[in-house]
Amino acid sequence: MDAIKFVEQEFTEGKTFPAFNAGDTINVHYKIREGAKERIQQYQGIVLQRRNSGLNETITVRKISNGVGVERIFPIYSLNIDKIELISRGKVRRARLFYLRAAKGKNAKVKEKRG
Amino acid sequence: MSGLIGKKLGMTSIFDVNGKQVACTVLEVGPCVVTQVKTSDKDGYSAVQIAYGDAKEKNTPAALKGIYTKANTTPKSKMAEFKGFEQTLAVGQTLTVDLFEVGEFVDVVGTSKGKGFQGVVKRHGFSGVGMQTHGQHNRLRAPGSLGASSDPSRVFKGMRMAGRTGGTRVKKTNLEVLKIHKDQNLLVVKGAIPGHKGSIVLIEK
Repeated sequence: MDAIKFVEQEFTEGKTFPAFNAGDTINVHYKIREGAKERIQQYQGIVLQRRNSGLNETITVRKISNGVGVERIFPIYSLNIDKIELISRGKVRRARLFYLRAAKGKNAKVKEKRG
Repeated sequence: MSGLIGKKLGMTSIFDVNGKQVACTVLEVGPCVVTQVKTSDKDGYSAVQIAYGDAKEKNTPAALKGIYTKANTTPKSKMAEFKGFEQTLAVGQTLTVDLFEVGEFVDVVGTSKGKGFQGVVKRHGFSGVGMQTHGQHNRLRAPGSLGASSDPSRVFKGMRMAGRTGGTRVKKTNLEVLKIHKDQNLLVVKGAIPGHKGSIVLIEK
């Protein structure tokens, strides 16, 4: 077996996520450590892209917070990610939704995929 | 300094104890066979000669074949000598990645990637002329002055100029050992090491 994959396997094994793609709305439960205490912060938004593969895969999640667009990049196999929930599926025609950054009004919405 | 011979397999990144993502290099280390033990009485210095990797028997010179037969092993492709193994070793003994421990700092010696004939900007980190306008023409990456004029009337030896770059022996020191997989003979060290994937490296501790 490929040695690099073998090294990565230790971190990817046993971690499962719902199948989601760009355009889907997801909720990321992110662990935050404050001294000895640990709490979970939720971050809900639209997936703009999935990048890289294997252990190094990251997702870019965009949301509008108090009228300001916020984007966070999560390595999905990060030890700090508790879980990822799929909220709704989006109907989109491309894999990278950077047009959402400049889009306004109705254009800035992603239609929900039904069925 | 004791050590082993290995092969660079490639890079990836893993998560450390604090959840921080760190870039790392995966190495195949050993198993190495002790082929000769040199002593100061017999050879004038003490060292341990080890060999790694498989070679074809028909491509192995008779002189080396003798060494491998004495060590009771098959022909190997790479040999190296290390001084300062703590334990006493016997000819024919096999050394594995067990020699290293997680958390330890090691040095890795390799041959850097050959870059061919390169100018001074890439080779020595010169900054070039600095401006594209104000009368500059085709000298953006030029070295500039090589020295003074009629005194000394020559260019000093060792002046840094363009030339063959890379492909030399490079030692990267103090790399932390992040993981060891004994069954697969794998060693994972923090950061990058010199050379191509598949190139032979020496791991010293």
